[in-house]
Amino acid sequence: MDLSLLPDGGMRWLDASGPKSTIVLSTRIRLARNVRGIPFSQKAKDSDRTAVLERVSEAAASSEHLSAAVAFHLDEMERPERQLLHERHLVSKELAGLEREARPRPGAALLVQDQVGVMVNEEDHLRLHGMWSGFDLEDAYGAVEAVDADLGRLVPFAFHHEFGYLTSCPTNAGTGLRASVLIHLPGLVLTKEINKVLQGLSQVGLTFRGLYGEGSEVVGNFFQLSNQTTLGKTEDELIDHLGKIVRQVVEYEEQARDVLLRTAPEEVEDKTWRAYGLLKHARRLSFEETMNLLSGVRLGVGLNLLPGPGVYTLNKLLIYTQPAHLAALDGRSTGDRELPTVRAAFVRRLLEAESS
Amino acid sequence: MLCDNCKERDAIINLTQVEHDSKVTLHLCEQCAQQKGVETGGAVLKSPLGNFLGAVVKGTAPGALVPASGDGLRCPACGSSLRDFRDSGRLGCDQCYVSFDSHLRDLLRRLHGSSQHVGERYEAPGEGAAPDDPRSRLLDLKAQLRRAVEGENFELAAELRDRIRVLE
Repeated sequence: MDLSLLPDGGMRWLDASGPKSTIVLSTRIRLARNVRGIPFSQKAKDSDRTAVLERVSEAAASSEHLSAAVAFHLDEMERPERQLLHERHLVSKELAGLEREARPRPGAALLVQDQVGVMVNEEDHLRLHGMWSGFDLEDAYGAVEAVDADLGRLVPFAFHHEFGYLTSCPTNAGTGLRASVLIHLPGLVLTKEINKVLQGLSQVGLTFRGLYGEGSEVVGNFFQLSNQTTLGKTEDELIDHLGKIVRQVVEYEEQARDVLLRTAPEEVEDKTWRAYGLLKHARRLSFEETMNLLSGVRLGVGLNLLPGPGVYTLNKLLIYTQPAHLAALDGRSTGDRELPTVRAAFVRRLLEAESS
Repeated sequence: MLCDNCKERDAIINLTQVEHDSKVTLHLCEQCAQQKGVETGGAVLKSPLGNFLGAVVKGTAPGALVPASGDGLRCPACGSSLRDFRDSGRLGCDQCYVSFDSHLRDLLRRLHGSSQHVGERYEAPGEGAAPDDPRSRLLDLKAQLRRAVEGENFELAAELRDRIRVLE
């Protein structure tokens, strides 16, 4: 597999160019669609999956926005390569067949062009998604919607006059829209206010997850906030509502950071410099420790307590210190016992390159 | 203020409980609060609350919200029963929404607060008054051709191939 086929490796969102990008890493939009008349994933035979992939590929080829898409056939790829795509947030764990002994199913594929991708034969036949830098719901939705309209003209989607777009799981029916932002909330965690904020989210129809979306744990104080319901509101209403709440959470986070600076300036400064020092000098780093240290440094940079590194470098470190990326870089397996050593060396190299 | 329980560490949590109709407020440190089952910031982060919330709306839970009374119902299009949905939380095909519509309407209302889609309206290619998009007709014919070849219906395949040539 050649990820260099993808401009920016499919990760332009890392470049920290978007609004509020020290606190909000990225904005993601996903639309769930199914091809009319073909059984959903749960019931689909291999021939159904292949038929879905053929229809989607043909439609993409003659579409406006996906005609130059790069196609990855997951069932023909080795595990480390599939894990790379997953670590770049381009495919789900399920589609990539990364759960324990699982294998990707026939017809499991990813099409990517620019910042928009389509997962084919995931829980739904099509999962259209786009990831944008910073807090940018409008641009992300606009781009994904354009691809949706494009494909919907060429492939008949399952749609019901009352229930809207029909999905394998009724929790996604209606708009099929899940909008989410990946947000860094160390201030709220350190001031112990995070609990209240998270509990408040569920009362306003939002939910939170970890770094990799559904079922993933919270690491490095990164939270994914997204809409919980998909039916009974328009796409714009769902997006506006999420946007409004995220702006509020960003504000709470900024207030919490002010409180930290006012009440414990030395401790905060010490914490961020220690995190920076460990990243710069440690000889072995686990992935989880790296995430937590990066969180501390990111906070320090956001509060102007540290002179660097830049947010783009911090974002790159989040992605490239993951097991499959490190293993690929160094020609090792993802289970290699020396990976923590390789990780620490990689982090040092990147930080030194930035400060020189 | 010191923790009311251990009297050693600083109290950071005020736990208010109602006992025998009177309100009791305890000032606790993080450790003692956790021992009493109060979820503190750190504990929430470690406990997979995200997973729990996810499981309520995804996973098998939506199926479990449907009463067992309709278990015998089957979707004629894909053969899935309502029982299958209750077990797996996933529907078999788009027609299931028609086959189980009253059960699903109730479920959708409970999950989303409404069963009426008000978002973007969609018209599949070939529907409505607008003339067919030739590209979609072409894709449709190609799909038919594939099925004809698979089913060894070569007469139909030849006809479809000619129609595709004209369009191309």
